[in-house]
Amino acid sequence: MTEDELRTAFLEELTSVAPDIVADDVGGNDHIQDDLELDSMDVLNLVTALHERLGVDIPEADYTRIETLDKAVAYLAERLG
Amino acid sequence: MGVFKMPSLGADMEDGKLVEWLVGPGDTVKRGDVVAVVETQKGAIEIEIFEDGVVERIDAALGRTFPVGAPLAVIRGEGEAAAPAAMPEPKPATVEQPAKPFAAPPPVLADAGEIPASPAARARAAEIGVDLSGVAGTGPGGAIVLADVDQAGTGKRKPTKQGLDLDAMRDAIAAAMTRSKHEIPHYYLEHEIDLQAADDWLRARNADCPPEGRILMGTLFVKAMALAAAGVKGMNGQYIDGTFQRSETVNAGIAVALRGGGLIAPAIMDAASLPLDQLMAAMRDLVARARSGRLKGSEMTAGTITLSSLGENGVDGMTAVIYPPQVAIVAFGTPRPAPRVVGGAVMARMCVHVTLAADHRVSDGRRGAKFLKQIDTLLQSPEDL
Repeated sequence: MTEDELRTAFLEELTSVAPDIVADDVGGNDHIQDDLELDSMDVLNLVTALHERLGVDIPEADYTRIETLDKAVAYLAERLG
Repeated sequence: MGVFKMPSLGADMEDGKLVEWLVGPGDTVKRGDVVAVVETQKGAIEIEIFEDGVVERIDAALGRTFPVGAPLAVIRGEGEAAAPAAMPEPKPATVEQPAKPFAAPPPVLADAGEIPASPAARARAAEIGVDLSGVAGTGPGGAIVLADVDQAGTGKRKPTKQGLDLDAMRDAIAAAMTRSKHEIPHYYLEHEIDLQAADDWLRARNADCPPEGRILMGTLFVKAMALAAAGVKGMNGQYIDGTFQRSETVNAGIAVALRGGGLIAPAIMDAASLPLDQLMAAMRDLVARARSGRLKGSEMTAGTITLSSLGENGVDGMTAVIYPPQVAIVAFGTPRPAPRVVGGAVMARMCVHVTLAADHRVSDGRRGAKFLKQIDTLLQSPEDL
């Protein structure tokens, strides 16, 4: 998958978990909890959705590596590559 | 023959707008079935019926607002004959249907009736004049969410104040909390719980699980609170008409913050009896529906105690306000490492600050302390929860 595809996938799952977030408004460095106000339940739902969609099982210890859009794209590319 | 009435979905509800019928005349209904959807200050709520029978007649038209207690439909009990309605004398079966005593409601909007949409989306659609039946939903299960309405309403959107729905919800919260502070003589107890055992256990458990099998610390909090509430008198139940009615089951209300503002505290029935994985699934479902779907009337009214958790990135603690007619609320702060004396030495331990607000009409500090200590004890053996 290209980085653009990963970015799209992450944003789609993010906005599915938190339907009030508009994908275009999400900045690459926005923190999903501090800035986008996801709680621990939302984060777990996001991780679950990414697992189902991409087959990447993100362990709890790696949650900080998906805390922003830019970090998540890099992390997912690394895991898939 | 029973009359199905507009239920009270909270102490401060005066009326509700009927937005959907899920049943029609002739349909068989069972106790607990969702039969209609009502919009309240807390969003759209699915209302259930509490008897078995057949829908004889629908009296209430969609789109209208009805006070609590207003008749909405007539339910014929099993085995009962069809309603005599306005015809007192028996007639041959071939006679045409008797005239109905109530004006027939306008045709039910079958399409509009089936549309799942978030409360925020409904509010925005009403605000900017978008017909939900023409909007494609992208939310969970195809539900229409705020972004869909905005998309459909491009060009229609007016630069208005904050959404009507959130303002109404703010009013409802203010009314309930004012009533609580006015009527309930609160007392407060604080306790710091060493969470290291629970944290270690949870990390190890989740490390072996795919995401869909993981559970959250909040689930342990709910289970520990529910078990403790079942065992300590004066915490679990509802205070109605001047008396405390103790509940056998613990219906644990969970305070769910809505992004963009607002708070709702639906209950998980009999939370003390659920194994952790089932409790986690129930919490996931409840939070999702509180935010973008629909809650049931019973979930809004059957709570017997509430838990409010400040999550992972919050602050140390909170003094919460009891949600009437309940008599206790437990607030869990954000767990964080803190210095604690263990075996005579200061160590860094994961800790959580817990605050109980309870009702002096029902209990005193001694009992409240017993309750908090019991939560502490239970969290020291997470594997037994």
